[in-house]
Amino acid sequence: MTTAAPIVQLSRRARAPKAMVELNVDGQSVSVPDGTTILGACAALGIEIPTLCYLETLRPVNVCRLCVVEVEGARVLVPSCSRTVEAGMKVKTRSDRVRHTRKMVLELLASSVDLTTTPGANELLTEYDCDPARFGPPAPASAAGVRETRLPGHHTPPNPDFAATIAQPATLDNDLYVRDYGKCVLCYKCVEACGPDHQNTFAIAVAGRGFDAHISTELAVPLPDSACVYCGNCIAVCPTGALMAKSEFDLRARGAWNEACQTITDTICPYCGVGCTLTLHVQDGDIVKATSPLDNAITLGNLCIKGRFGWRYVQQRAGEGGPGADGRG
Amino acid sequence: MFLWGSNAREAHPIWFHHLLKGIKNGARLYVMDPRRTSSAQWADVWLGLNVGTDVALSNTMAREIIHAGLARMDFIENATEGFDDYKASVEPFTLEYGALITGIPADVIREVAHTYAQADKAMVCWTLGITEHHNAVDNVLSLINLSLLTGHVGRWGCGCNPLRGQNNVQGGGDMGAIPNKLPGFQDILDTRVRERFERQWGVTLQPKIGWNLTEMLGAIDRDELTSLFVIGENPAQSDADSNHVEHLLRKLDHLVVQEIFLTRTAQLADVVLPSVASWCEAEGTVTNSERRVQRVRKAMNPPHGARDELWIIGEIAKRLGHDFGNPTAEDAWNEFRTLAPDFAGGMSYARLDALDGIQWPCPDESHPGTTFLHGRLWESPRGGRPAPFSVLEHSGPVEMPDEEYPLLLTTGRRLESYNTGVMTGGYESALHHGESIDISPEDARRLALVDGALVRVSSRRGVLVVPARVDRALHAGLVFMTLHFPDEVNTNVLTIDVADPQSGTAEFKACAVRVEPVEVAAGSPH
Amino acid sequence: MDIKLIDAEPTEEEREAVDLCLGPPRSAWDGGSRGSERDAHIAYGNREVGGLRHLLLPALEAVQARVGWISEGGLGYVCERLNVPPADAWGVATFYALLSTTPRPRRVLHVCDDIACRARGARELVSGIEESVGPAITHGPDGDHVVVDHDVVAWMHSPCLGLCDMAPAALLIEAGTSPAEHSIGTLTAHHARRLCDGGSTGVDAAATPPIPQLGAPGLSLLRRVGVVDPTSLAAYREAEGYDAMGRALELGAEGVIHEVAAAKLVGRGGALFPTARKWEAVRTQTSTPHYLVCNADESEPGTFKDRLLLTHDPFAVVEAMTIAAFAAGCDRGFVYLRGEYPLAHERMADAVAQARRAGLLGANILGSDFAFDIEIRRGAGAYICGEETALFESIEGKRGEPRNKPPFPAERGLFGKPTAANNVETLVNVLPILLQGGATYATTGTAQSTGTRLFCVSGAVRNPGVYEVACGTTLRALFELSGGVPDGLQAVLLGGAAGTFIRADEIDIPLSHEDTRLANTTLGSGVVMAFDDTTDMHDILLRIAGFFRDESCGQCVPCRVGTVRQEEALHRIASGKTRGGLSSELALLDEIGAGMKDGSICGLGQTAYAAVESAAKRLRLFDMRIAK
Repeated sequence: MTTAAPIVQLSRRARAPKAMVELNVDGQSVSVPDGTTILGACAALGIEIPTLCYLETLRPVNVCRLCVVEVEGARVLVPSCSRTVEAGMKVKTRSDRVRHTRKMVLELLASSVDLTTTPGANELLTEYDCDPARFGPPAPASAAGVRETRLPGHHTPPNPDFAATIAQPATLDNDLYVRDYGKCVLCYKCVEACGPDHQNTFAIAVAGRGFDAHISTELAVPLPDSACVYCGNCIAVCPTGALMAKSEFDLRARGAWNEACQTITDTICPYCGVGCTLTLHVQDGDIVKATSPLDNAITLGNLCIKGRFGWRYVQQRAGEGGPGADGRG
Repeated sequence: MFLWGSNAREAHPIWFHHLLKGIKNGARLYVMDPRRTSSAQWADVWLGLNVGTDVALSNTMAREIIHAGLARMDFIENATEGFDDYKASVEPFTLEYGALITGIPADVIREVAHTYAQADKAMVCWTLGITEHHNAVDNVLSLINLSLLTGHVGRWGCGCNPLRGQNNVQGGGDMGAIPNKLPGFQDILDTRVRERFERQWGVTLQPKIGWNLTEMLGAIDRDELTSLFVIGENPAQSDADSNHVEHLLRKLDHLVVQEIFLTRTAQLADVVLPSVASWCEAEGTVTNSERRVQRVRKAMNPPHGARDELWIIGEIAKRLGHDFGNPTAEDAWNEFRTLAPDFAGGMSYARLDALDGIQWPCPDESHPGTTFLHGRLWESPRGGRPAPFSVLEHSGPVEMPDEEYPLLLTTGRRLESYNTGVMTGGYESALHHGESIDISPEDARRLALVDGALVRVSSRRGVLVVPARVDRALHAGLVFMTLHFPDEVNTNVLTIDVADPQSGTAEFKACAVRVEPVEVAAGSPH
Repeated sequence: MDIKLIDAEPTEEEREAVDLCLGPPRSAWDGGSRGSERDAHIAYGNREVGGLRHLLLPALEAVQARVGWISEGGLGYVCERLNVPPADAWGVATFYALLSTTPRPRRVLHVCDDIACRARGARELVSGIEESVGPAITHGPDGDHVVVDHDVVAWMHSPCLGLCDMAPAALLIEAGTSPAEHSIGTLTAHHARRLCDGGSTGVDAAATPPIPQLGAPGLSLLRRVGVVDPTSLAAYREAEGYDAMGRALELGAEGVIHEVAAAKLVGRGGALFPTARKWEAVRTQTSTPHYLVCNADESEPGTFKDRLLLTHDPFAVVEAMTIAAFAAGCDRGFVYLRGEYPLAHERMADAVAQARRAGLLGANILGSDFAFDIEIRRGAGAYICGEETALFESIEGKRGEPRNKPPFPAERGLFGKPTAANNVETLVNVLPILLQGGATYATTGTAQSTGTRLFCVSGAVRNPGVYEVACGTTLRALFELSGGVPDGLQAVLLGGAAGTFIRADEIDIPLSHEDTRLANTTLGSGVVMAFDDTTDMHDILLRIAGFFRDESCGQCVPCRVGTVRQEEALHRIASGKTRGGLSSELALLDEIGAGMKDGSICGLGQTAYAAVESAAKRLRLFDMRIAK
């Protein structure tokens, strides 16, 4: 008994090399593989483009508009993080229009959002001569939960004495992380990481509209009542510190967070056989945070609750009264 | 993708991310699990088979594949042996018979069998839902049968993959921590192999297969085993029928436990050797589920008094009259590479660091590592021995529900917790709701239970009290517990101590229990 | 997908509303009752269920229409039925202004206080309603919103309802077993009070709109409007209905595109893209299926022309869509209709049903082997959904957030497939093009702006309404048609809130694309809104700025924050609290405007400064203020 043997694929198919596309950036010629973004082409030339909502492990949502560049022939500026190159494209990354729009984006954000824990924010504000205060003194914080109740399509007329902000109290509703949405630039990264790009838990989404748009659980319930599985993959991608592990938040609150004296060591998570690389941030002999490298092929920077928070037991061994001491098995 | 007896969404979350990418690229997912788990909710089809009917489902699918002319005959002829016997053995498993045993409707078994057989590439992944049965090895072999029957093995994107539950289950085997193998899966009964190790180590090795854990417990019972050295394991709580295990451990003349915590097992020990958390306080390697050898690194110093595991073993060796010197983890690894060169010769620490791990075998330093095994089966003429089909009988759970114990208890894991909870007890989250017995809405209604009501759960071996949680993922007659909180609720007082004779794994996945409401005033669960 | 369901049971009413919309559940795993032996062992999921996501908005609308808000149980049940994560559905529910996520009375009067209505007394009306009925449901000064009793009748402010020809206008929405929606024209405070007290609504105002050119010779797009019974397919067919479709079948797809190209038809929604090129781009895409989307979400303040076509010549829209689908190779079409157009919905749904029954939709249309069908989707209160990619997102069951382009819809549009998206008026133009021939059609109008156009004339004119004139007709001539150039004309807004103001001395401008471009203005969606000297233009400008802030989807920074900063600056000017003087504020507005124009994802942010800029630079509005 034999049947005609269909062709079977035995090994991994080699990908056909991509055609090269030549373009011009700031007067320099560069050839990059088809499908490369303008941002990628700029990186190949060593041209730095500021980004906020872009991350190499996430689908570009191109919402922050900080990475805009000028493409000859285009009516408006284009987001370099998502726009792919085309043959003969002429790109300007430092024109007056580009500088102006980036400056506006930075000023609009800095005047409405707390950027104090956004790495690189101060440098950018200086580089682009920003003066966020020119929109007026920042409006005081709203009471907790108020922003979540605002009606789409309606708003209270502005108070001419203040520039509106999204200032609000931080949400501390669980033991593992803090959501300080007064620092949220609405980059969508956490939503993408929690949702379609990685975790697919969809515990959070952008809710509301316009200036009142915000990150929310369903019905704005506290995190413990939501679908959250505490993987912390949202924390891993947050560019502003709006989402932060409680361990880091508490240390910062005590003024004890000291990145300069932390050691960073890659090891393997002990919790299952997948082999996630775990980057341990150790300060004064204690683990203060666990992350995973974005370029790790297994994790792409992601972990689960056990990997991201399961290290605490190590520090609970030494003294009396830890879980080891009471014979917990 | 067949995810068979695995709730990877919770037990292997990051691996599941990769599976989700595949699903979004069009891969079809079938989940075989008595519970409609979170993994099963991602499936194109969830097959909620009756507990312990895996061989019957596999045999039924095999018969359907053969009868539909979908068996991969060119592969079978080239690469396998025992097909005719196998074919005859599955013949009684008609779709109707299979449906009767497994509970899966015949049309669905047929559809899934055809889809699997006709797929370009298909993979079977499993976890403890396959192996924690009294016929664990049969269950595994039944999945291998399917892959041989359809040629879904030895090729990119195919194969049979157990998803390992700890970061070094695979590595333990790699390094010879199994009764019948020396490091690098080299046969201890092979004289030439033994000679190589004896030369290197300067000792004589006994050509004798050792005991697995279950056999050791039996040997203690028979007074053949009187001393035990336990490294980083908590059998007093992690093994089935724990009252009995504790009795056996107490019976030992001498028990040494090397641990990072004073676990229940350590409390029974004569000597406790405090050691380090190997994944963050020591150097070394582990091997993950895809055979990738990965480096673990020391990120911090251990607490005062805790010693490196390698140092402890060296010191014990010294006391026993053999000086290992003072090897580093890398020294030990390099010795392994020379003793198992075909396996690990190319995996220097430098390369492991540079490549973020390497999949074995990797015989030399120019070798990129091996993404899949058994490609030899597709060579013509075939390389090596033929792959054998196995003739397997359906054999349901040893203990089935009856009038006295009308519910079937199956056990498993939850996302936020790990094994006996030693490590995951260190943090709190909303997901930590403690132990519960999960029960179908139908049984809950029958027993007049509301969510959170305390119930008394009894089996022929023990009784415990635990809150009930109504779970729509369960069908009537099936209840679910974990073993994450043994101090509060020692689930293993209920489970049955019957084990697979070959692998030694116990039938954690099935035992008969009775659930009764208890008055709240009747006392605490302790 | 493993979702955590909302821990709230739907009421029987909510369950019924959702099941009526979606059909009954298929198993215990999508909201059905448990107990079947098959469900205990089998569940289909993922792909099968994942494909239902696009029904999210209709299902939410069903709950809203039944109980007056998106209750927890209702939301939960929708999520369970469609396997949509509750947080995701929450994000959608909180995006649309006509969906309420807090309890709301069953009967709500949405009173337009947008610019066209303001030009006809809406502010005074609103004050009157506040006096006679009470405060609107809106935010309190702290930004929190007013909580209202569930059983009390209520009213809300509304952006432009597309009833500018009957300004001031309102929309009454009443939830219940037979939900009712009624457009109300020429609203008075007294009338509002009666409506809020539960009084009868009478005939929908959109059924009897002013049709100023009724019976005039030479009408093309409007020639059936008000003349032919819009509810009768037979009447439509007697009035040349489906002759164009017959012609299309003779010409073949390429032939149709050839005629449309010869006609030089460009999009009437405002973007002026050549229609033939769009269809050809979709036709030649290899990826299938192709979709046709009729953009009937006209929400640009001051725009109501499509409403008239939809309510008074719905079969023409159906026929035109069928022809477009035939040309672009689409087998499925969607009409995305703005939620505030209940009569248009009724008439279109009826027209589609009649066409289907007559074999004019479905398989073998007019005996050919061409198959096409149409589904109607309703918006739920979001101006942004008029942007074509936001509209796609909305049909797909998501928040109406525009996508970055490229890729363009012709390549990757609705559901990621090649999509031809056309505005209602654009589509309807294909009928005269095929009947006359493209070349003949192109003889009307100017060299670059061919054919006729519908203009929505509103504000301070004697006879507001939709006017059809040849492209290139001057604005003055259009005003003459509408009863004369308004006395004391102060300014004319061309193109809507996203358009520009022009001065009274500029009304000799020919209304063609090339002439308006040359004059640095735009026809946009055909809005011609006149303001006489009784209107406070600063108030109009504040409303425009407020409109953009309200309608920004919030996705990109320049628009989300820029529209707020723009409105703040205008309020500072209006209240005399400028920072650094007027010229400094105007410079700041210019900078914000440039950032929004260059940096925003879509046309909303890109044009949010246009009207303000023209008021400052063209009307010299602030100079007048200084002068005052």
